[in-house]
Amino acid sequence: MDDKVTIARRVALELREGDLVNLGIGLPTTVARYLPAGVTVHFQSENGIIGMAPVPEAGLEAEFLTDAGGGYIGAVPGAAAFDSCMSFGLIRGGHLDVTVLGGLQVDELGQLANWMVPGKMVPGMGGAMDLVSGARRVIVAMTHTAKGEAKVLKRCTLPLTSVRRVDLLVTELAVIEPTGEGLVLRERAPGVSIEQVIAATEAHLIVPESVPEMAIGAAV
Amino acid sequence: MSKAVSVTRAVEMVPDGASLLIGGFMGVGSPHRVIAELVRQGRKDLTVIANDSARPGFGIGQLIDARLVRKLVTSHIGTNPETQRQMIAGETEVDLVPQGTLAERIRAGGFGLGGVLTPTGVGTVVAEGKRTIEVDGKVFLLEEPLKADFALLFCRRADYLGNLDYFLTARNFNPLMATAGGTVIAEPNEIVPTGVIPPDEVVTPHVLVDHFIEKGASHGR
Repeated sequence: MDDKVTIARRVALELREGDLVNLGIGLPTTVARYLPAGVTVHFQSENGIIGMAPVPEAGLEAEFLTDAGGGYIGAVPGAAAFDSCMSFGLIRGGHLDVTVLGGLQVDELGQLANWMVPGKMVPGMGGAMDLVSGARRVIVAMTHTAKGEAKVLKRCTLPLTSVRRVDLLVTELAVIEPTGEGLVLRERAPGVSIEQVIAATEAHLIVPESVPEMAIGAAV
Repeated sequence: MSKAVSVTRAVEMVPDGASLLIGGFMGVGSPHRVIAELVRQGRKDLTVIANDSARPGFGIGQLIDARLVRKLVTSHIGTNPETQRQMIAGETEVDLVPQGTLAERIRAGGFGLGGVLTPTGVGTVVAEGKRTIEVDGKVFLLEEPLKADFALLFCRRADYLGNLDYFLTARNFNPLMATAGGTVIAEPNEIVPTGVIPPDEVVTPHVLVDHFIEKGASHGR
């Protein structure tokens, strides 16, 4: 299975009935495709809507109904549109149950860096700092390494997105839970050994007695 | 006296060096006719406060392409490589602000507040040089209010008095900016007789709006 599909399918299992969920641009957006059957969640897009959905079919795009990347979306019945203060009030005020974000680095303190590489790539933080500071649960969905370089580090070397400890890290190799004691290896991907995960990780991993294989949701 | 002005006249009010709050999110909900006219008239040395700079050739990206912006206060430039290039080359000053903080700073500016206390950015580079304040054991950053000489908005409808409503995700920063511009100019998708927008559906009350842009060409006229 494609690495990014593995990650998206595993993250989808973290979403619960009725959750208000914000998915970041890129890999996190694809999590919506793998929601377990029967689970209904409310997707927020931070440009000002709850109830975003795919465009039902080509030709039904609406000029003023778009996601945070400016792409066309649809909306479910019961959707609500609002301004940017309301949107970030929901995020900062503890009303957003889950955010799923991409990452450049995560460290032993569970801190995330995902918004700039000084001198090289400066996209800006957009809503990421508010999302990580404010969401009730922060899930980082990222590839375990980049071009052979470790991304799960002792300390982030890139500017932090927030000092808040994220709640879960899902990669194509493992599910890792940052805790007060450090990074705990909770699950490994199908066919991946604990040693393989450790070899691809710079940070120290706490390895419990049992590290089961990831449950992967069914493709829809 | 009517608040309706031509797009040419509206942009003539804006001097070189002006600060502008410009609505829109990736160009959705930006006043595209006003932006095109700013480029046509070549207004320069502008300070632009906006969520993003859209893409090259589109929306606020057109102001960046034409090198009319001296300083950009924004949350995200990842979709506009030309803005990133000008920033890294030192040609355009770019002040990156977390999106929720940007929204609240504009609201504070427009609503007479001395700033806002937010947890966003505490302990990061965003906190450098800013005061932190502890409330009930939690640390917050003091973020100061933002205002500008002009607010340039896009809306769904303006009635003859200048009451405004909005479309879906084209609302975004527009109603906030309507409170924080010295002169507020709205570009409506449609002008309707006073009363067509019911009081409960008015989002921006007319007293905030100084001018709105006259109808563009349609019906072959």
